[in-house]
Amino acid sequence: MRYLPLTTADRAAMMKVVGVKTVDDLYVDVPAKGRITGLLDLPKHQGELEVERALTAMAGRNRAAGAGPSFLGAGSYRHHIPAAVDHLIQRSEFLTSYTPYQPEIAQGTLQFLFEFQTQVALLTGMEVANASMYEGATSTAEAVLMAGRVTGRPKAILSGALHPHYRDTVRTFTQFSPITMESANPVFDGKEDLSKKAGPDVACIVVQNPDFFGNLHDYSKLAAACRDAGTLLIVAVTEVVSLGAIRSPGAMGADIVTGEGQSLGVGLNFGGPYVGLFACRKQHIRQMPGRVCGETVDADGRRSYVLTLSTREQHIRREKATSNICTNSGLCALAFGIHVSLLGEDGLKRLAALNHASAVLLADELGKVPGVKVLNDTYFNEFTVKLPVPAGPVVDALVKENVLGGVPVQRLYRDRPELANLLLVAASETNTDADRKAFVAALKKVLA
Amino acid sequence: MGTRYFTKDHEWIEVDGDNGTVGVTNYAQEQLGDVVFVDLPAKGKKLTQKGEAAVVESVKAASEVYAPVSGEVIESNAALAANPALVNASAEKDGWFMKLKLTNKDELKGLMDKAAYDKLVASQH
Amino acid sequence: MKPDTHTGNRGLDLAEPLLFELGRPGASGVDLPDAPKVKSHLGGLDRDDIGLPNVSEPEVVRHFVRISRNNYSIDANLYPLGSCTMKHNPRLNEKMARLPGFGDLHPMQPESTVQGALELIHTLGHWLKVLTGMPAVAMPPAAGAHGELCGVMAIRAAHEAKGEKRTRMLIPESAHGTNPATAAQCGFEVDTVPGNARGRMDLSAFKAKLGKDVAGVMLTNPNTLGLFENEVMEVAQAIHSIGGYFYADGANFNAIVGKARPGDLGVDAIHINLHKTFSTPHGGGGPGSGPVAFSAALAPFAPLPMIVQDGDRFRLIEHLGDKGKPGEHSFGRLRSFHGQMGMFVRALAYMMSHGSDGLRQVAEDAVLSANYVLASLKADMSAPFGDTGPCMHEALFDDTFLEGTGITSLDFAKAMIDEGYHPMTVYFPLVVHGALLTEPTETESKASVDKFIGTLRYLARAAKSGTELARFKDAPKLAPRRRLDETAAARNPVLRWTPPAAQAAE
Repeated sequence: MRYLPLTTADRAAMMKVVGVKTVDDLYVDVPAKGRITGLLDLPKHQGELEVERALTAMAGRNRAAGAGPSFLGAGSYRHHIPAAVDHLIQRSEFLTSYTPYQPEIAQGTLQFLFEFQTQVALLTGMEVANASMYEGATSTAEAVLMAGRVTGRPKAILSGALHPHYRDTVRTFTQFSPITMESANPVFDGKEDLSKKAGPDVACIVVQNPDFFGNLHDYSKLAAACRDAGTLLIVAVTEVVSLGAIRSPGAMGADIVTGEGQSLGVGLNFGGPYVGLFACRKQHIRQMPGRVCGETVDADGRRSYVLTLSTREQHIRREKATSNICTNSGLCALAFGIHVSLLGEDGLKRLAALNHASAVLLADELGKVPGVKVLNDTYFNEFTVKLPVPAGPVVDALVKENVLGGVPVQRLYRDRPELANLLLVAASETNTDADRKAFVAALKKVLA
Repeated sequence: MGTRYFTKDHEWIEVDGDNGTVGVTNYAQEQLGDVVFVDLPAKGKKLTQKGEAAVVESVKAASEVYAPVSGEVIESNAALAANPALVNASAEKDGWFMKLKLTNKDELKGLMDKAAYDKLVASQH
Repeated sequence: MKPDTHTGNRGLDLAEPLLFELGRPGASGVDLPDAPKVKSHLGGLDRDDIGLPNVSEPEVVRHFVRISRNNYSIDANLYPLGSCTMKHNPRLNEKMARLPGFGDLHPMQPESTVQGALELIHTLGHWLKVLTGMPAVAMPPAAGAHGELCGVMAIRAAHEAKGEKRTRMLIPESAHGTNPATAAQCGFEVDTVPGNARGRMDLSAFKAKLGKDVAGVMLTNPNTLGLFENEVMEVAQAIHSIGGYFYADGANFNAIVGKARPGDLGVDAIHINLHKTFSTPHGGGGPGSGPVAFSAALAPFAPLPMIVQDGDRFRLIEHLGDKGKPGEHSFGRLRSFHGQMGMFVRALAYMMSHGSDGLRQVAEDAVLSANYVLASLKADMSAPFGDTGPCMHEALFDDTFLEGTGITSLDFAKAMIDEGYHPMTVYFPLVVHGALLTEPTETESKASVDKFIGTLRYLARAAKSGTELARFKDAPKLAPRRRLDETAAARNPVLRWTPPAAQAAE
């Protein structure tokens, strides 16, 4: 077996040193009733070729997003990833190292985490960021729990235009906590004002920008209302490329910014692994969840990096920890960091401009299809259209035309039949003129 | 100069009239190692005896500081909050944590004097 | 030592500043076309300066290559971190995860276009069910601790479905910190159970704590001391007798995969860290993946989404189900989308490569290697439970052998760095003084383990010689960095780079 270096002779020699006759003598503490005799009912070992053949066949039973025009978003976005990203993250030193608990021999990981924290803080317009969370929804749920700790208040108010997966994850995370969650009804026209909801018993208000339906918001007034009431404003960002084009949540006055970093460097991966972003004000760092990397010096005075503020964490604080979280999303944070490094200030702004233009061109063309109406006044690279018929069957029919034509809103709002005709459509720099033409032609055909 | 009392959890309180100043002992400071952060209670907070009053943290450990007696916080040590290393430099003087207005002075009877506390520490070595 | 070269480099060890110090206007690592001129729909919310550096591709590549060389890795040498299972990460797994049919799939594509992906998740779930001997599995959790949350939430939901309000969770003192943190996050009061002289949970102390307010027990098995909880079936029977549930922390599943099944031992929920037992790479701290296997009693409460097979089609259940339908009793959603697909592909590639026979061999070799380390070093180091029988896949030492030397476990660990080894896990588990928890794993050759043993023996003897204090106190001397001032880092946290102008103003 190719991954197991011990030979039969090695094992015999080692057993002799240990003082046992068979390896089963090492399992004496396992109750006899619980021991497996023989092999479990699973296939036996296979060579690389056989495994590759079987898995490639399974992969072949999927339609890769890039195999034709694709316009899906709803919290996961298809962008071009520079070749250098995947090359660098596959370096042994990054791929096969553990959490940097021994900083003297983990400066590579620690330095990129420090750079990642800086990039996230800059992009979100916040003072500090952590070394990443699992993904955007859990990051947002952790932010709600943190707001409860910071304010000591019992209520969380969620926008009706927050991604339904984020809303549901917050509900799950808070259902056994002292925090009660209140979620507004879906608002797809961007005209939601939650500023009257801030109040003395409200720990936080959670909004999204661009919101789930693609609308853009200036949350400055809401932030002011929150500040007056001592309520924390949490802004979730599911499409991080948007931060290259629109004002940062920090500049609008957010207290905590959470987000999904998948768009930069990570790829679609059928939903995971992704990388959760988490940024906040410096005054709240001791209530922040997750790992944090800080700068210091070594015994020779050389600038160095180390995991710090660990007393917040479960391995020290146990039941009093700020979160049970242990793992971060290290390698995805690295991919994000490399992609952002390659883009730089100018590249990210150009990328964002391309995305916006791609969406505007698509919206203009879709709006001309008979019976189709674009609902957004403002958007970045994703918007909502209203079809003359339910969106689900239309999307299924578009598959037959080799077009992945958006996400039916009702897939995420099952109990809202009034949203049945709404379709969420995203466009990015990966979409060509031909893609858009194919989409419009296919939609016309399906609706005809 | 008031009277100083000690707890078995290594806090001290110096009582002067109705008020008391609370800190951790030099022995506690040695056990903690380099203190990097202290979380002090806000003014006006009502503490009950043996209840959690503050948290003191080193790089790899966090320990609760308990109220030696019940009382209301009238001041917390801003100098300590700004410079947690004061605990290491001067645990029983400048590194005090908070001042309390005592609400039940009878509780002092259950605490140790310096001689009894020194004996306790000696037995823990 | 501080390099005395002109460059600050030391041969192949190249000094590298922060990326933010490399940027300058006009450089770029990408070539993107001008955006077509369109009417803006940004509503006047245009972005101002971000502050990111502009750097060309060769500089970015060099930057990350250079800093990577400051990292230790399992690809380079044995990585004996106990409880972390740093085993070889096969590159086939990486290749498979990057197939466009897996890596380039959008999670919201219509079901008809992702049948192979759903099949892969379902197949991996089947392997996990067979390997754990449990009837159901939840795939969404993103890591071990997330899996714990999943399992404990199911326990709380199951009690609430019966109209019971139970408040206490029993957890042995040797547990990972995630266990009490998870129980607290689910609203339970943590009640700590002491250990016994054999390093196991004290069964009578455990039984004495049982009552109608106990929701369950969270037990790691093999436990964090690297020992199998031999009274596990009594624990299961006792917790079930008061209507509680048995959560098993599967962090150490690598020792028993193919040898024993948690389901046969009475477990109701167990998370499996795919990045430990099933070789998905640790990536400097993640991403992980922590599917949870459930007993029939807890299965109905599993999180969304679920995958069901209808004939030859696979379907995703993404919403709470109607009465009698899958998902009716689910405690809800734990995250966005469906799970750590990229990790699933890698784990399944690993499982298929090993098969039922190979996975059993994995456990046997891991346990044999750890016992070999324990037997070889017992005389020179001190093993607190070395005489209570075999260990599982970890060999645990304490600092008794360092008594009177002035050398701590940390000093010993740092001296290992100078010898070219990543240290074992130090100071965990907390219940053992100066713990040195050592896990060689099954992917080390005998020659590699022998060299490691020889190194530890050499260092143990040097420590006890009384003449080599500096070797330990000054260590590491030969690593990219010497010991760090962690106190300064925590007292005055600097968590990001700031431009020099801003630094001066602060």
